[in-house]
Amino acid sequence: MEATEMRTTEDLQMKQLMVVRPRYGELLIQALLGLCAIVSIVTTVGIVLALVEPSIEFFSEVSLKEFFTGVNWAPLFNPPSFGVIPLITGTLVTTFWALAVCLPFGLGAATYLSEYASPRTRSILKPVLEVLAGIPTVVYGFFALTFVTPLLQDIWLVGEGPGVFNALSAGLVMGVMILPTIASLSEDAMSAVPGGLREGALALGSNKAQVSTRVVIPAALSGIVAGFVLGVSRAVGETMIVLVAAGSTPNLSLNPLEAMQTMTGFIASAGLGDQPTGSIGFKTIFAVGAALFAITFVMNMFSIRLVRKYREVYE
Amino acid sequence: MARKVEGTTMTEENQAQVTPMQQIEPQHHADKAPRESLVTVDDVTVKYSGSTAVEGVTFDIATNEITALIGASGCGKSTLLRCINRMNDLIPGAEVTGTINYKGVDLYGEKIDPVQVRKLIGMVFQKPNPFPKSIYDNVAFGPRVLGIKEDLDEIVEKSLRRASLWDEVKNRLNSSALGMSGGQQQRLCIARAIATSPDVILMDEPCSALDPISTGRIEDLMEELKTRYTIVIVTHNMQQAARVSDKTAFFTVNVNEDDKRFGQLVEFDDTEKIFTNPSDQRTEDYVTGKVG
Repeated sequence: MEATEMRTTEDLQMKQLMVVRPRYGELLIQALLGLCAIVSIVTTVGIVLALVEPSIEFFSEVSLKEFFTGVNWAPLFNPPSFGVIPLITGTLVTTFWALAVCLPFGLGAATYLSEYASPRTRSILKPVLEVLAGIPTVVYGFFALTFVTPLLQDIWLVGEGPGVFNALSAGLVMGVMILPTIASLSEDAMSAVPGGLREGALALGSNKAQVSTRVVIPAALSGIVAGFVLGVSRAVGETMIVLVAAGSTPNLSLNPLEAMQTMTGFIASAGLGDQPTGSIGFKTIFAVGAALFAITFVMNMFSIRLVRKYREVYE
Repeated sequence: MARKVEGTTMTEENQAQVTPMQQIEPQHHADKAPRESLVTVDDVTVKYSGSTAVEGVTFDIATNEITALIGASGCGKSTLLRCINRMNDLIPGAEVTGTINYKGVDLYGEKIDPVQVRKLIGMVFQKPNPFPKSIYDNVAFGPRVLGIKEDLDEIVEKSLRRASLWDEVKNRLNSSALGMSGGQQQRLCIARAIATSPDVILMDEPCSALDPISTGRIEDLMEELKTRYTIVIVTHNMQQAARVSDKTAFFTVNVNEDDKRFGQLVEFDDTEKIFTNPSDQRTEDYVTGKVG
């Protein structure tokens, strides 16, 4: 009698703990979220694969040596010439001038917003800065061509000054375009540095500049460099500004006052022309795309290593 | 360079003056020699954005003594401590009235630079906050900020020795300070504070994040440090105040007519008197554990 009673209680407890029915809704949500994650990976892999096949075909016709050491880029001419170096220098020169603008100004803006500005000033300035990130790049391109270039020509003091299409103006405006990205990400990283570290430094008699440069920036370095890498990748990959303002003349030169073509600029202008599928001109686009991808990839790997080496982990 | 030399001589002098006296009669040296006020706090009120945090505090801090500030949470003792090296300047809306004199100079005077004040009045915080740098760089941070470039090794070693940390870390000065235990980190913060040769060290609940053994080590350290420095400590631990301090200030929380809470100093006296024979009933209730 007693035993049966106990048994029943146990059964009852067991029943309360048992699975009533599978939670289909939750499984469905899990599957959908997983799908979202897979889509981005599949897309990336797909892009790489799409680049690889025509690139391999390209390099069966043009030697790697010619492509990477040649100094003359005229793939659509007759006879064609496939030296990619002028496009790479074009990309590097515009990127350099973009960085020359956005690194000091971006870091300066971030330091001001994070360490000096009152909460009220920051609440006004940061959204304004972020609006800059929402301007379409074609607008920046025409801003460079119709405003910055004439301005540079007007204020140029020595020598001839920049031409109508020039790498300098494209690079500077590209720097302005990237500025909010770098400033905003750096500011996030700096604001995330614990206040205790600032107090510690101030209590040792540091002034604000010393706190910023000796404590906050080193501690936020990984976030700052992450923002910076993103900025560089955007500069290297930026198309519209360079297409509009830097011209489309492949030019092996480091002089930013001359017109230049970048890798992205070539891809866009060649892609707009009528290259029959399967022709060497068509494959060239993919080869340049693959080279561009390789450059950004190597740069990202390099910066990740650099950050690991120098960052100060605060937690 | 010049400052460092000056600082060193000053500490040596202090040591010479005080050590023999304390060795003879550590408990009652204050009775024998006239107490020499280093910092005087006179009718200080602190408001945060208009609402009073602590009101009308008056007491004085004597050279080479440990002064403890005790009281329930919200009584304004940390607020008051942070006024002494002008750390409250960093809080928007903080407003300090009354006067705090350091060696006869009004710390809130017009020409006073808070950055300079903090070089002479150092601080150790509740949560150990070593910089994410090497042990060496942590201690050398203050001297470097002061522009000292020579003899850094010597300063670092001396400071770590005084914080009784040298033997534990001498073989890993270049490893990160964050690899240390909490107690070691807090002693590193003390070493970092004394590396700039301050006169006064403010400690804001320095042991509240530490285990009893680390706490004991820091208390022993404070006893050693008071021969060279003047220490003000905020603590929630009444046994700690009784163990380490010479003078105790007891604060309490009051409620004003607008139903707002604010802190007030109830009693300031020799630690022994506060804990054995306080003049105020509220002090007695607090130290005997009836309230709080």
